[in-house]
Amino acid sequence: MFIYYLQLGLRSLKRNPILTTLMIVGIGLGIGASMTTLTVMYLMGSDPIPWKSDKLHYVQLDNWNPDKPYDEDGRPPDQISYRDAMALMEAAKADKQTAMFKTLLMIQPENPEVKPFEAVIRANYADFFAMFEPPFAYGGAWDRQQDAEHARVIVLTHDTNEKLFGGQNSVGKTVRMNGEDYHVVGVLTAWPLRSRYYDLTLGAFSAFNDPDEFFIPFTTGIDLKQYPYGSTRCWKSRGDDWDALLQSECVWIQMWVQLDSPARLAEYTAFLDNYVQEQKKLGRFPRPLNNRLLNVTQWMRDQHVIPRDVEVQTWLAFAFLAVCLVNTIGLLLAKFTRKTGEVGVRRALGASRRDVFTQFLIESSMVGLSGGLLGLVLTSLGLFVVRTLYTRYQAVAALDGAMIAMTIVLAIAAALLAGLYPTWRACRVQPATQLKV
Amino acid sequence: MEIRPIFSALMRNKVSMILIGAQVALTLAILCNALFIIGQRLTHMNRPSGMNEADTFHFSSLVFAPGFNLATTLQADLALLRQLPGVAAATPINSVPLSGIGWRANVKLQPQQKTATARTVVYPVDVQGLNTHGAKLIAGRDFKPAEVIEFNAEKHLQPTVVIVSKALADTLFPDGDALGKQIYLKDDPPPATIIGIVERMQASWINDDTSIENATFIPALLIDSGNQSSYLVRTEPGHRDEVMKAVEQKLAQANTGRIIQEMRSMEQTRREAYAGDRAMAIILAVVVSALLAITALGIIGMASFWVAQRTKQIGTRRALGATRGDILRYFQTENFIITTLGLIVGGILAYAFSFWLIQHYQTPRLPWHYVPIGFLCLWLLGQLAVLGPALRATRVPPVVATRSL
Repeated sequence: MFIYYLQLGLRSLKRNPILTTLMIVGIGLGIGASMTTLTVMYLMGSDPIPWKSDKLHYVQLDNWNPDKPYDEDGRPPDQISYRDAMALMEAAKADKQTAMFKTLLMIQPENPEVKPFEAVIRANYADFFAMFEPPFAYGGAWDRQQDAEHARVIVLTHDTNEKLFGGQNSVGKTVRMNGEDYHVVGVLTAWPLRSRYYDLTLGAFSAFNDPDEFFIPFTTGIDLKQYPYGSTRCWKSRGDDWDALLQSECVWIQMWVQLDSPARLAEYTAFLDNYVQEQKKLGRFPRPLNNRLLNVTQWMRDQHVIPRDVEVQTWLAFAFLAVCLVNTIGLLLAKFTRKTGEVGVRRALGASRRDVFTQFLIESSMVGLSGGLLGLVLTSLGLFVVRTLYTRYQAVAALDGAMIAMTIVLAIAAALLAGLYPTWRACRVQPATQLKV
Repeated sequence: MEIRPIFSALMRNKVSMILIGAQVALTLAILCNALFIIGQRLTHMNRPSGMNEADTFHFSSLVFAPGFNLATTLQADLALLRQLPGVAAATPINSVPLSGIGWRANVKLQPQQKTATARTVVYPVDVQGLNTHGAKLIAGRDFKPAEVIEFNAEKHLQPTVVIVSKALADTLFPDGDALGKQIYLKDDPPPATIIGIVERMQASWINDDTSIENATFIPALLIDSGNQSSYLVRTEPGHRDEVMKAVEQKLAQANTGRIIQEMRSMEQTRREAYAGDRAMAIILAVVVSALLAITALGIIGMASFWVAQRTKQIGTRRALGATRGDILRYFQTENFIITTLGLIVGGILAYAFSFWLIQHYQTPRLPWHYVPIGFLCLWLLGQLAVLGPALRATRVPPVVATRSL
């Protein structure tokens, strides 16, 4: 029976090619627009490290101006000062912890073919690698001992290793930066992060959030006295030199801790509160207690990883899909109403309402499926346009298996939803009224 | 024109009428809000920076060879730049408008004042600074060579003279007497005296609406930022691209131990700064076009169906003496009624959508005139869309009435 209904549907769709095309194009456009925007939004906001996103917590402390909050809506500063970073690292109360910042350094490659270049360096503690789990191709992370020794060691990203060593295993080789040699201890494989969620302070998709090219120990990074390449915000005047920055209340360091259980989180929260209270006695932290320990997904929401424009585009695209659906309902209604005579004959010949219902629903889902396929093509086209318009969205404007399946399901659901009322109307046809001559 | 028969006919087709009406309503709501957002973005993108953007470009130089002196390099680079053919002016800079990076300072009128009176970007430049930017001095004077001071880590940055943008001057001194007044860029003395006011100069951050027009030029050569120096160059009109190439070559030759990077024309900087706004405007424009097309096609489809369904009635009316014009007007009036009902609901929906956007995204309120403009657009769209099927209806011959009875 299914095959027969398929044939009937096909024949009926062929009879009205313009109306059929109109319906398919309508659904296709609606699906294309909504899936393009939804894909971008979904991939931007997706959990980057689902197996431990609830264990990694971003540390925020409020050491800001007593007269003026850091943020109008009461959020504490998004980074911490060097003094607090040092105190928290030395206390080492979390299961794993890393302070970090970003800076720029001159690289002078030994290979004369590669021109000297300025590289983005992340200075972090050894725990960083165990916490965020970047995949290593060769070697591995440095250890806590090397953190303490201010070791001149370095971890290269995949791209940097390609650039400097042609992609070979470079562990044990040296890289010359700012006139000093650093030993390569590890090389990462490609690390396809959709957003660099471990540092959102410059905006997840902003033009200033350049990818990290090297990782060095935090302690070594401090020795270099290179000013951070990122946001440094101060509320008090400070001296202009490096030591003044280290002693100041300026915030420029990001701090993450890993807390393996809710109990550990509670302990760490208490520890932080206690730390701030102690500091208050020393005359620091003039504002009310306002510590935060957001986990990865909370932190991403807090920092608006999904830009407002993308959300607004998604809402508008779904409103557009609604228009396309209403359009399709109208057209299907017109189409099915025309066929009341045919329905009357089928009912008179013994088809039950259920049979007629199935027949028309199959016809609607054929429209939905074709619309979905067209929508899929339009979605890839749309994502291509998004990648062209927003050069920073390369990693989040791409279809994956889940989104392809979602597109087809959405299209069929949309067409069925649109077909439901017209089909129901068609089934209510009384055979007698249609058969009178 | 009798409206009553049209109403009676519509009442028999309630569902179809509601569907078209709903489509028109949603279309209006999306159209108004999308057009408003597009308009906002275009306005945003067209704000003048106060600079001569057509003939300027900027770049930075990073020296890696050991044993170099930033102060002498700066002076040598400037001398080299200024004697290049096609160069009109050149200045050392820290950042430029539209670049998104810069040095932000709180301006205070008293030392140790607790909260700042205004926020400003600080642009350190030398004597050719205003000239290179193309800033228009509307009061006071330009910097003198003796006023340009080198600042490094040991000497705290404390300019004694500044030139501010008019917007900043008006914020600090609303009475319009800013010239000659003293301000503090840090907590402690000495203060800086305002010696000049430029008509307009944007800050580096395009999304900071409250202080985007606040800019302060200081006469300073910054030599404490490691081994990097940045320059802004203005060329004779029409020679920018060739000068850019020449500069890259000449500077690299002058000192092989360095790299020239981030060479960009101001036009390119503007394009990059507003890439997001541009993308938003384009994407919404595409959605709006597709939306109007779908709605028009929907009206055509539905009207065609009605014409086909009523062929017999049309024939009867024609046989009873209705002219072709009567038939045409019938369908046009019918469309007008449905569209209008949809538009009324759509107007409410448009404001509801706008209100929702305000709540969630702090967007400005939809100005009232967007809705009437949307009404006009959709009335026109409806009339155009119904024209084809309606004309087909006028061609139904009266003889149809007598057939198959």
